[in-house]
Amino acid sequence: MVTLTIDGKEVTVPQGTTILEAAKGVDIKIPTLCYHERLNPIGSCRMCVVEIEGFTHPMAACTTPVEDGIEVTTNSERLTRIRQDSLKLILVNHPLDCPICDKGGECLLQDLVYDHGIDQVEYTAAKIERDSSYATPLIRYWPDRCIMCLRCVTACQEIKGIGAISIKGDGYGAQVVVVDQDKCQSCGECLQVCPTGALTADLSRYKGRTWLLERVPTTCTYCGCGCQLELNVQNDRVIAVTTQDGVGVNQGSLCVKGRFGYEFINSDERLTTPLIRKNGELQEAGWDEALSLVAEKFSAIKAEFGGGAIGGLTSARCTNEDNYLFQKFMRAAVGTNNVDHCARL
Amino acid sequence: MTNPIADVLVSETVLVTGTNTTENHPIFANYLKEAVLKHGTKILVIDPRRIDLVDYAELYLQPKPGTDIAWINGLMHIIVKEGWAAQDYVDERCEGYEEFAKNLEKFTPAYVSEITGLTEAELYAAAKLYGQARPASILYAMGITQHTCGTDNVKSLGNLAMLCGNLGVEGGGVNPLRGQNNVQGACDMGGLPNVYTGYQKVDIPEVREKFAKAWGLEAETLDDKPGLVLTEMFPAAAEGKVKAMYIMGENPLVSDPDLTHIEHCVKALDFFVVQDIFLTETAQMADVVLPGISFAEKDGTFVNSERVVQRIRKALTIAGDAREDREIIAELSTRMGYEMKYDSAEEIMQEIAQVTPSYGGISFERIAEKGLAWPCPDSEHPGTPILHVDTFARGKGLFFAIDHQPPAEVTDAEYPFILSTGRVLSHFHTGTMTRKGEGLNKVHSEIKAEINPEDAARLGVKDDDLLAISSRRGSIKVKAWLSDRPASGVVFVPFHFHEIAVNRLTNAALDPVAKIPEYKVCAIKVEKAGGAKKEVSDKKPKKVKKS
Repeated sequence: MVTLTIDGKEVTVPQGTTILEAAKGVDIKIPTLCYHERLNPIGSCRMCVVEIEGFTHPMAACTTPVEDGIEVTTNSERLTRIRQDSLKLILVNHPLDCPICDKGGECLLQDLVYDHGIDQVEYTAAKIERDSSYATPLIRYWPDRCIMCLRCVTACQEIKGIGAISIKGDGYGAQVVVVDQDKCQSCGECLQVCPTGALTADLSRYKGRTWLLERVPTTCTYCGCGCQLELNVQNDRVIAVTTQDGVGVNQGSLCVKGRFGYEFINSDERLTTPLIRKNGELQEAGWDEALSLVAEKFSAIKAEFGGGAIGGLTSARCTNEDNYLFQKFMRAAVGTNNVDHCARL
Repeated sequence: MTNPIADVLVSETVLVTGTNTTENHPIFANYLKEAVLKHGTKILVIDPRRIDLVDYAELYLQPKPGTDIAWINGLMHIIVKEGWAAQDYVDERCEGYEEFAKNLEKFTPAYVSEITGLTEAELYAAAKLYGQARPASILYAMGITQHTCGTDNVKSLGNLAMLCGNLGVEGGGVNPLRGQNNVQGACDMGGLPNVYTGYQKVDIPEVREKFAKAWGLEAETLDDKPGLVLTEMFPAAAEGKVKAMYIMGENPLVSDPDLTHIEHCVKALDFFVVQDIFLTETAQMADVVLPGISFAEKDGTFVNSERVVQRIRKALTIAGDAREDREIIAELSTRMGYEMKYDSAEEIMQEIAQVTPSYGGISFERIAEKGLAWPCPDSEHPGTPILHVDTFARGKGLFFAIDHQPPAEVTDAEYPFILSTGRVLSHFHTGTMTRKGEGLNKVHSEIKAEINPEDAARLGVKDDDLLAISSRRGSIKVKAWLSDRPASGVVFVPFHFHEIAVNRLTNAALDPVAKIPEYKVCAIKVEKAGGAKKEVSDKKPKKVKKS
């Protein structure tokens, strides 16, 4: 174990812990931008710089391991100036198009600029035109908004084990590109970790503001992984699916179906009224007519041939509660064990 | 699953067989990759398809489809011979070993090699990789179960895990990956013809009495014999034994084997009711269609592959005049003279907990933040992430002596290829949900048949050429995708697209116990289709006539 002080507080942590992690353990918040809990430290943004007694240069808290007896300062005029400068350098390139950005309202860069009170940027740079080459059918890349934090590239490599995207070029000309089109699965892991609006979900573009959304926690409706996700709802429509880091078996990840396969919910093709076959064609009907017809037919068949002449298939797609009632209906009301579902298919 | 998926992070070896995990369980695949990249876990893939996970594997074996029992017995033969078995575990916790071990004797590497096409060296290396590792996990899915010997395949994997002491331990287990959001829950809830909730058997009088009492009925009114399974119901309809069917949230007219026969069976029904959110291919044949609602409009619970019961929550108001599925069922029941009235899904879960010992401690309140793994018998119980820890559910772990059985339909001169079916990453089951929007169709707009380049060259077929594929039951045309994923002689076709309904070809032969169809093996012939390429249109369902 190693003992150090952070802002005058004594902290004891295991060897190998970073200063950032040690500070978090005692509720000292160091500003971060490229750092993400699920990823190995990237160390690209310089926001988490701290001063260590005896060292001239400030160090990045996310990549610097603790040492016995060191005294760390996380907040000073000098550090604030360094952080402000780092943000200003980002803003030289990053357009303040927040009003039209889908990430507006929950953008880490926006929050940091606000927190650091940056009201003007003294620096300028020659504008470099960049093509938006990184664009899968579902994920849009806005190269001007990209701050080169490398979270997306790291997540694709470390969380998905895929490595489909990388950085091309350097300096202001650098941008994220797909290095292997076949490998990219449009899972949106990159989107999930992007701290700004550089990567956005194309299906959700201009569909709703983050602060007006309701996010309803639920379970994914596709495979048996049981991922925990949030349906982003505005005006009674699902406009996006998001996740919370560290929640559920998926820990913040999703696959292409879980993240983008929600359009069926609000599809125009949804059935909205009962249908009854009349003269060989399905025609719209009222509930009373439809339910009476089913109840009468089932009752008549049950009376003539017994409950065993009726079969029911319940659903691996429906809830436990729906399934419970369905089998109870077949057993108690129809009087048969002819109930099954598509478990085998 | 006997163990949670995160357990693979502490496994020394994970045997992955009959599961294309990266496409069908992408989030579980994250754990496998993390295990390899960060924790030194070794992955052993044994699968007729060279799946993407092979890129992360220590060793990959490609046996002939339908030879699982042979290679599993073959590995165990070597493990026993080499003294890698967990003999203390076997002696203390298991029974039936002697007969089982005797059966293994004939599964020599030479004999197994002949059946599976694997080399003796491959078999030895695989046996060593699993047999010497502690703990080692087994992951499998429909590639193991969708065979006429599916039950025996699963029992064989159970034998292997017990032989090496890998059941009831962290990082071990025999772990079937469930393919649908709530297939575990539908089974748990008694959506099976032989059991009530929590696998309580319908033919045990005490169980029947208990349910009769809970449901306010006389015990005699409850059917005392197991009913028909899905794959028996349709043929029974054709025979006139089943007169009416009620299907909720399923699309057998795309998903079931030998579709031409299924259509014939459905047409024979006197009365056919479908409850769904879309006018599926199945609903289009119904006499009455009842509009239910999606997971986004209801409260309730799903059970994932790890047996974790988790909440779903109502996020939207109900579209049009559709109704909650549970309300439709309750109303129908009431109209048939058996009254059902529930004000909420939570009230139903309270009843489930009362009649189901393994769900006794499950309530909406307890799982509000985080799900619970059953068995969870009471309100204080923390749930059971790992099964069979100190003792097996039945007491002693039972070894089975199992012999190799060939598939129901083997290749011959007329039908020389093997067909396997399954899924792709971007679509789900019969496409009723994933094909309804723009997004996933942009990513994956076409279904193609995976064919080995050697076979393609022999047939004079290039990428995107149209193939005519036929079995004894039907034929389809589908574009070719030249891929080294299937071995030579094997073709893989996904079943998501109704207009390329591969289930016109599949064989309805069933496993005698589980009654699961043999989707993974049937005999087909493959030819280059003549004439111009025909684009397949994504036809929308027929318009409903307004009354």
